[in-house]
Amino acid sequence: MAINYETFEYDVLVIGAGGAGLRAAIEASSAGVTVGLVCKSLLGKAHTVMAEGGMAAAMGNVDDRDSWKVHFADTMRGGQYVNNWRMAELHAKEAPARVQELEAWGAVFDRTKEGKISQRNFGGHRYPRLAHVGDRTGLEMIRTLQDHGIHQGITVHMEWTIVRLLKDGNRVVGAFGYDRERGRFKVFKAKAVVIASGGLGRAFKITSNSWEGTGDGHSLAYHAGAELLDMEFVQFHPTGMIWPPSVQGILVTESVRGEGGVLRNKDGKRFMFDDIPDNYKNQTSTDPEEGWRYTQNDKNARRPPELLTRDHVARCINREVKAGRGSPHGGVFLDISWIKEKISNAPEHIKKKLPSMYHQFMQLANLDITKEPMEVGPTTHYAMGGVRVNGETQMSSVPGLFAAGECAAGLHGANRLGGNSLSDLLVFGKRAGEFAAKFAKENPHVQIDEAQVEAAAQEALAPFEHGASTGGSAEGPYQVQHELQNMMQELVGIVRTEGEMKQALERLGTLRDRAAKAAVYGHREYNPGWHTALDLKHLLTISEAIAMSALDRQESRGGHFREDFPDKSAEAAKVNSVVWKAEDGSMKLRREPIPPLPEELKQIIEEMSK
Amino acid sequence: MSTVTFKIWRSGEDGKDGKLVEYQTEASEGMVVLDVVHKIQATQANDLACRWNCKAGKCGSCSAEINGKPSLMCMTRLDMIPIDKPVTIEPMRAFPPLRDLVTDVSWNFRVKKKIKQFKPRPPDAPDGTWRMQQEDIDRVQEFRKCIECFLCQDVCHVLRDHNKHDEFIGPRYLVYTAALEMHPLDTEDRIPELKKAQGIGYCNITKCCTTVCPEHITITDNAIIPLKERVVDEFYDPLGWLWKIIRPKG
Repeated sequence: MAINYETFEYDVLVIGAGGAGLRAAIEASSAGVTVGLVCKSLLGKAHTVMAEGGMAAAMGNVDDRDSWKVHFADTMRGGQYVNNWRMAELHAKEAPARVQELEAWGAVFDRTKEGKISQRNFGGHRYPRLAHVGDRTGLEMIRTLQDHGIHQGITVHMEWTIVRLLKDGNRVVGAFGYDRERGRFKVFKAKAVVIASGGLGRAFKITSNSWEGTGDGHSLAYHAGAELLDMEFVQFHPTGMIWPPSVQGILVTESVRGEGGVLRNKDGKRFMFDDIPDNYKNQTSTDPEEGWRYTQNDKNARRPPELLTRDHVARCINREVKAGRGSPHGGVFLDISWIKEKISNAPEHIKKKLPSMYHQFMQLANLDITKEPMEVGPTTHYAMGGVRVNGETQMSSVPGLFAAGECAAGLHGANRLGGNSLSDLLVFGKRAGEFAAKFAKENPHVQIDEAQVEAAAQEALAPFEHGASTGGSAEGPYQVQHELQNMMQELVGIVRTEGEMKQALERLGTLRDRAAKAAVYGHREYNPGWHTALDLKHLLTISEAIAMSALDRQESRGGHFREDFPDKSAEAAKVNSVVWKAEDGSMKLRREPIPPLPEELKQIIEEMSK
Repeated sequence: MSTVTFKIWRSGEDGKDGKLVEYQTEASEGMVVLDVVHKIQATQANDLACRWNCKAGKCGSCSAEINGKPSLMCMTRLDMIPIDKPVTIEPMRAFPPLRDLVTDVSWNFRVKKKIKQFKPRPPDAPDGTWRMQQEDIDRVQEFRKCIECFLCQDVCHVLRDHNKHDEFIGPRYLVYTAALEMHPLDTEDRIPELKKAQGIGYCNITKCCTTVCPEHITITDNAIIPLKERVVDEFYDPLGWLWKIIRPKG
């Protein structure tokens, strides 16, 4: 069959235009190579826009005791020491420069009294560290990168989707995709490809992720031969909206707690005081009064337990609900309105500090957060695991293929600290762009293999053929997607057991068969049914990787909680999980020892835990 | 639970000859219009095209006209609109239709590219950073809340009814320009373009843009009128004109 397609040639192709993709594209382009940027949505709509709290960078503007060393130690502690320590080091060292660069490109951060960039408290960060703009920091970041990027000579292909990477031998040499508007096929010839596709929350029913978070980049890289690392570590953010049902999963920023918000069960008890993990005991307050002072930037106060790491807070909420102490709709209460006891103009203060939260609850739940507590519960938020990359260059195990941001693994270990995501995008987006450009300069273009293009096109069109050959009787993609999401939520969610995960892996097999037969009707122009059918392959791939890695890790650590192995294991602490695609097409897993910490980093961690 | 009728704009073959098609679905508590569209998409019309991303009013993707009013579908609760009669959902009418609820908004992106980019003064401190007071950036931060949903462009009669897309940049880009012009660090001058190529004079401050803005940006009062004043100062103030002759810039 002759396939019609249009070909584009770039030195560097970037897939994804959120924070990491835009930053990578800007960097590559400024290195003097040609850059193409492909994104599934319109420019500026990527999931980065949803980030609320801020970006972590040890600038020390609010508390000069902060330094890259403290940030590094905090990140490692939060990640429970299975992080790629080199990435954690680079991230802590380079984040301040990356944030200041945004200011030079027009970002307008909230200020301190001295006129510097202000920084706020956040879970797991020892000092106020998050540069922010109210609670819409992600919007500020993506708009700044977008408005700077459009003047850098980058070619942007909006609402185009990549469905397969093209290879020559071992090396990635391009990509195959389609445009949403017309459904026409596109082939990219590229010397280097940067994947910056974000997360995979759509594999679960309750998620803060938009339709785009289907793990495309994880899956594209996996099928192109790259290894996936630590896929069992999925972050369930403790505070998602739970009522009304249609808004279930939408994020309620951690800044609510950073600004003094407290969690209570139905008896009005601040249950977070009941369970403070040992490794955070000396940094956490047991006195509500001290906790409040911490949120008001008292340097001598310790943080309230509501600001413990996300994995821990999510599990405590889960425990309260299961014990029958939850709120009416199956969550707990998050209350910021109580601060009126402390501050005279509390309603105005809350609206100023948390404008989009106020707006979000007013509009969607008809609830005034300055007067009433919110109902919240855990929501699938972030993938710590992802494409395994070299910590410095961000290149995967496949030559020419780079990954940055959420779809890359390593920095966050078993649990990501809030605020470390936006800085991750900047630090490693830049690095990926820089090294992809370098790779492109050192390696020539390679011919695209027609056979691969043809196979990809046939696979992409298969759902229409199923539709045509079954005459309307076949199952559509949405049913399969919904079932997958329900299954992952129930069996591979916040609390996991061996039996359930084995069941999940089995049911994935059935779902794969159904997905392979899913039928689509109509034509190729802006057809969401078709897009959903094509996304299924990615969702199924990453779901399998999550379940397989989670089954293998027989301990509880960070975002991964096993009811049958509720404690940490010293053995498992030494390994990362690596998943790859074997010759026969099946998914394989191995445990790989974590490289030992260099002495100087070890010392920093010891020093900081005193 | 009650059954509600929706009339959703469906385009015909090749995107033309569209019409409103009736769908019925159950409405439950707290449902927003985007939920309805998704439900119909998943169960009755798999190929119903619409844009959306965050579903929380933060990305500005799901702009449409609900009962004729430009709105975000994700932020319009069913209990905010009358549902005892059919609810119409149509695409934004100021832009060329692509399919169903999706329109071609690429013009907006082209317009933005033509506006001169941010150009900061040299850093204030030796470490390459700047100092700004919060009170000096409050007004710029208001403009930077914009989520680029383009509802203000959709409702603006200069674009919608008079089709001046080649001569007028629309409220969104006047807000964008205002954010740059009022940025304490910016050194660029965009006032001549505002008057000539960007057509600020077309705006006759009917404030429709301010009314539909989901971020509640006071577009007309805080952005457009101050820019109009700057244009007046630069081009129509005789004393200022004389001053410029005596003391030319630079």
